[in-house]
Amino acid sequence: MAKNIAMIGDRESVKGFAAIGMDVFVCDEPAAAAALLKTVAESERFAIIYMTEELFSASAREREKYTERATPAIIPLPGVRGNTGIGLKRQSTFVEQAVGSDILFKN
Amino acid sequence: MAVMNVSPTRMQMTALKKQLTTAIRGHKMLKDKRDELMRQFIELVGMNRRLRESVEKRLAESSAFFISASAAMSKKALDSSLMSQKSKTGVETTYKNVMSVDVPQFEICRESENQGDIYPYGFAFTSFELDNAVESLNELLPDLIRLAEVEKSCEMMAAEIERTRRRVNSLEHVMIPRYEETIKYIAMKLEENDRSSRTRLMKVKDMLLDKAHNYSGKYSPKE
Repeated sequence: MAKNIAMIGDRESVKGFAAIGMDVFVCDEPAAAAALLKTVAESERFAIIYMTEELFSASAREREKYTERATPAIIPLPGVRGNTGIGLKRQSTFVEQAVGSDILFKN
Repeated sequence: MAVMNVSPTRMQMTALKKQLTTAIRGHKMLKDKRDELMRQFIELVGMNRRLRESVEKRLAESSAFFISASAAMSKKALDSSLMSQKSKTGVETTYKNVMSVDVPQFEICRESENQGDIYPYGFAFTSFELDNAVESLNELLPDLIRLAEVEKSCEMMAAEIERTRRRVNSLEHVMIPRYEETIKYIAMKLEENDRSSRTRLMKVKDMLLDKAHNYSGKYSPKE
């Protein structure tokens, strides 16, 4: 069964994603991100949840629950306010977790 | 390494030897699993980085288009143009088993009558920047989905590699040496028992012989 794609972010960042057929959830307050993520993820309607980097880092504890589950995949994307580099930092975290130290992307 | 708290019997030793064989076999298999997972992970993580860099770059371009569009159009018009959806985008999820990790595979499915017509608004009251923005985002969609797939796989595989690595290390540095040491301890204990009962027997034999033939002269000759 096909599941939908969600985008959670501030009003400006999510606008375009609604136009290409994603379900958008506006959250202008980082403190409310975790609660919104919980509602969206537990509705079981979404296979992928994109979040703006700002909200992504604000909901770290809530996200942990979904690390081991194949869906929903929670992915950070840069919002209109610019790129904070969380996405690439996350890669380093994966390598660190797997190898023990970041041997691939360390500059 | 501490010896396990077991009774030093032959039966226990046989059981421990069996466990040691299993542990060694398990260790080898887990090591192979870890190596293969690591190989696939390194491949994926490289792909993930390339994808992310390209997606982030294109997303920034698309954001720039949106900013131009919002400058050219009124906020209300822009909102009403974008918030009505023409097609719904979903993904079909299947799972691929990579070394016992079920990683998701996403495939786009769109519920739209006309695949070519992506714009959810009429062209009369909107600016061309908005068309560019929506088009660029639409072109980005397959890569976005691919990014989600690869990144989730990396996340799950990293967790599995960490778990497997811990298991391999625990088998290699804790379990196997402990079994080996306990087996050695039981073997030595059994040998010790063997030696002690043998000396006891020899002693008893000596005493019996002495009693029979009176070598030491301790016993008075029989009448």
